[in-house]
Amino acid sequence: MEIIIYGIVNSVTLALMALGFTLVYGVSRLPNFAHGALYVLTGYIAWQLLHSLGVPYFFSGVLALAAVGGVGALMYHFILERIRGMAISEIIASYAIGLAILEGLRWAGLKGGTFILKPFIEGSINLAGVSVDYQRILAVVLGAALVGFLWLFVNQTRLGLALKGMAQDERAAMTLGIDSDRMAVVAMTLGSICAGVAALVLLPLGSIIVESGYQVLVLAVAVCIVGGLGSWTGALLAAFVIGFAQILTVSYLGAHWQMVVALVAIILTLVLRPSGLFGKQKELEERV
Amino acid sequence: MVAQAQPPAGQAPPLLSVHEINKTFGGVQALAEVSFEVRPGDILGVIGPNGSGKTTLVNAITGFVKPDSGQVLFKGRDITGLAPHKIVNRGLTRTFQVMRPYYTLPAFKNLIVPLFSGRARRTGGWRGGGRLGSRDTVAVDILEEIGFERESYVPYKVASSLPTGYLKRLELARCLALRPELIICDEVFSGLSMSEMASMVPLMEKLHLEGITLIMVEHRLRELFRLANRVLVMNFGAKIAEGTAEEVMANEQVKEAYFGSEEVYSYV
Amino acid sequence: MAGHHEGMRKERLDRGIKVRSDGVYAVASWREMAFLVTPRLVLILGLLVLPLAFVQAPYWQKVLSIICIYSLLAIGFDFLAHFVGLVSLGGALYIGVGAYLAAILNTELGLPVWATIPLATVLGGAICTLLLWPCLPLRGVYFAIVSLMFPLLAARIIEALDIFGGTDGIIGVGGFPNVWVEQYLLVICLLLILFGLRRLVNEDVGLVFRGVKDNDQAVKASGINITTFKALGVFIAASLGCLGGAILAHIYNWAGISQFALDFSIIPIAATVVGGGGTLVGPVIGCLLLVPISELLRDFGTLRIAVYAIILMAFIVFKSEGLTSFGARKYNQTERWVEI
Repeated sequence: MEIIIYGIVNSVTLALMALGFTLVYGVSRLPNFAHGALYVLTGYIAWQLLHSLGVPYFFSGVLALAAVGGVGALMYHFILERIRGMAISEIIASYAIGLAILEGLRWAGLKGGTFILKPFIEGSINLAGVSVDYQRILAVVLGAALVGFLWLFVNQTRLGLALKGMAQDERAAMTLGIDSDRMAVVAMTLGSICAGVAALVLLPLGSIIVESGYQVLVLAVAVCIVGGLGSWTGALLAAFVIGFAQILTVSYLGAHWQMVVALVAIILTLVLRPSGLFGKQKELEERV
Repeated sequence: MVAQAQPPAGQAPPLLSVHEINKTFGGVQALAEVSFEVRPGDILGVIGPNGSGKTTLVNAITGFVKPDSGQVLFKGRDITGLAPHKIVNRGLTRTFQVMRPYYTLPAFKNLIVPLFSGRARRTGGWRGGGRLGSRDTVAVDILEEIGFERESYVPYKVASSLPTGYLKRLELARCLALRPELIICDEVFSGLSMSEMASMVPLMEKLHLEGITLIMVEHRLRELFRLANRVLVMNFGAKIAEGTAEEVMANEQVKEAYFGSEEVYSYV
Repeated sequence: MAGHHEGMRKERLDRGIKVRSDGVYAVASWREMAFLVTPRLVLILGLLVLPLAFVQAPYWQKVLSIICIYSLLAIGFDFLAHFVGLVSLGGALYIGVGAYLAAILNTELGLPVWATIPLATVLGGAICTLLLWPCLPLRGVYFAIVSLMFPLLAARIIEALDIFGGTDGIIGVGGFPNVWVEQYLLVICLLLILFGLRRLVNEDVGLVFRGVKDNDQAVKASGINITTFKALGVFIAASLGCLGGAILAHIYNWAGISQFALDFSIIPIAATVVGGGGTLVGPVIGCLLLVPISELLRDFGTLRIAVYAIILMAFIVFKSEGLTSFGARKYNQTERWVEI
């Protein structure tokens, strides 16, 4: 029973982390290697607002989300837009931005256990004999809510449908008058906000440290590869697969094997089914 | 019609045998149960309106696209879904409709890459007697085969400065470097002026006389019908007619495919 | 650039001396030979002389060694990115594998330095190629992602499973007989590799690599197995990195997790972009510039990585041809504005 509950919690955690990355990649084929950096940045901004400016917790969170969304949009508009299409430069640039943010934060003092965001809801509850923190339940609830919101957004609103069209076929969407750069900015903003939501909900479970930036990036990428780069359903399913695999490994083998699971998952996927669980075959190879 | 240099049809076993291949992309059926055979020495023309699946057929045969079902046999061995480079190394080559020369390299250097393949090294390329000699020399030899004189400057000109007709021939030269038994020519006649055509058709005849089997996907029917001994017509991914040029153009379905269902006059 | 002069364009012409020294005619006069030879000579002599110049400053001798090791990585990165088409974001993987292999061969098997280095280079290259094999048939993005993650994961795994010395690393690795061997081994290897690779990419094999990068459909249709050539490219780049790692382990007498650190991943990329991608000599110039800056910024901790990242970004966006190409252009060509 423990395994099921922890498995669900872990899986939704992973899904939250991966959502932003897969959104940006799905819409504009841009691997955002700064994803982890945006995650940590949100936590840092929220913490600063809370502790240095005394802004109430909830508003700190909302403001931090807005800020990080803005960072994502600016990042695209000023840097990535200029090198769109040059695959090598795109990858290097987003990686460089991520590094600049993370290492800049590290220098600004973000190390050790001093930066702690308190959980939104303290305490824990006993579910079927298993003790679960309220914060983790909040994570699951928010995660599900976020997925639901995104689904509604993408299928019901005009902007969302434009994003979906862009994700399916860039050329066709452009002939319909959808501006690919504007969509990319929207996608980046949304993706950054998703990373931010994940941060606000997950960081209180530990402390804010720079390493989590790299870890989140690795996990998000693992989930997206296993699920199929660009596929949202795939990412969700993959999150559950990896999530449960990790919990099982931790129970039977030990806590430090967690990351190994991620690595093994990636290698297995690439060797056995490179397009991932739901990926499209054309994602794999260059066009004929 | 070109003189038959091989035994009459029906006596030699088929070189290429395509059996009911299907391919769907998303919701579109690009290939529907396409089957045909090509015997050594044939020149098979493949025609059909735009979007009828001709290039997908070529991709499916040559390994660039994996068919959903069906079988492709070359020289009796199954090549369905094999990787492109493996199919090429067995002797089945193709040209590209959208040409891909190495633009920054001189014409003869364009042939270096195919001369690196296993098949070229074993056979010495076209006209090579056996193992491959100096790559540069063999490249210039092959270019002579397609009409680039070795004394002229043409083999040494950078590919980006060559006109379309020359680039089309360069594509064929790339195939020749691999000592092919079968060349699938994807629209080699497209984009050529009348004078370029006048020198391209004899080149195809020459290749035929050398013993290479040809499959030519074409839109320019007049020149194609002068070369091909059999023609296959495609529409909406399916084969709708097969036979000699006259048989095929008299076919009602073919006329409808090209010209619509109104009463029209024969154009052949 | 278009803002400056309306109705005018920049015209670039090769300098007279460049035209005269093209091809065989270069040997016609001393002046033309000097034009060709001088830049290369400056580089070669400069690198050979530096260890002597730093005799009084052992600290800077160490810096020179580090420059050479980073240069090996950077050349590997440039080769992979601009001549084979794969972006390797995790140079740290090669250094770490090379260092650990050399350390293990030395401490566990007792092999001397002149044996561990070649073995670690070749074996390490093979291991890294095998690790990256699954992503080779796939799009470039996969290779970038996986190469980025391997050093991160490797460090995590070594720490977690406490193998190969865990967080302490492997200590007691043998060193070089004297400091001159250490320095000149690196410098000479670097020069040989630099000029060797430059030669390689202009040979026919280099054409195949470039085909793999630019025109992979045509290469497949020419009967070449793309994956094999990509693997060959990765093997070359990985071996260079492993060579650097092996020498590093012997210089510091130690191999540990920090050799999978971010520095080894980001500096080669920054050096290549700043120095000029696609030239193979640009990365070396980039390292010569960036590594001393890195040492000077050491007091600022990891801020220096942020600084590289920013410099990298600026160069990619604004001057992506890099300093070497820029310099070569100025050296070989004159520019002037002409009316359209």
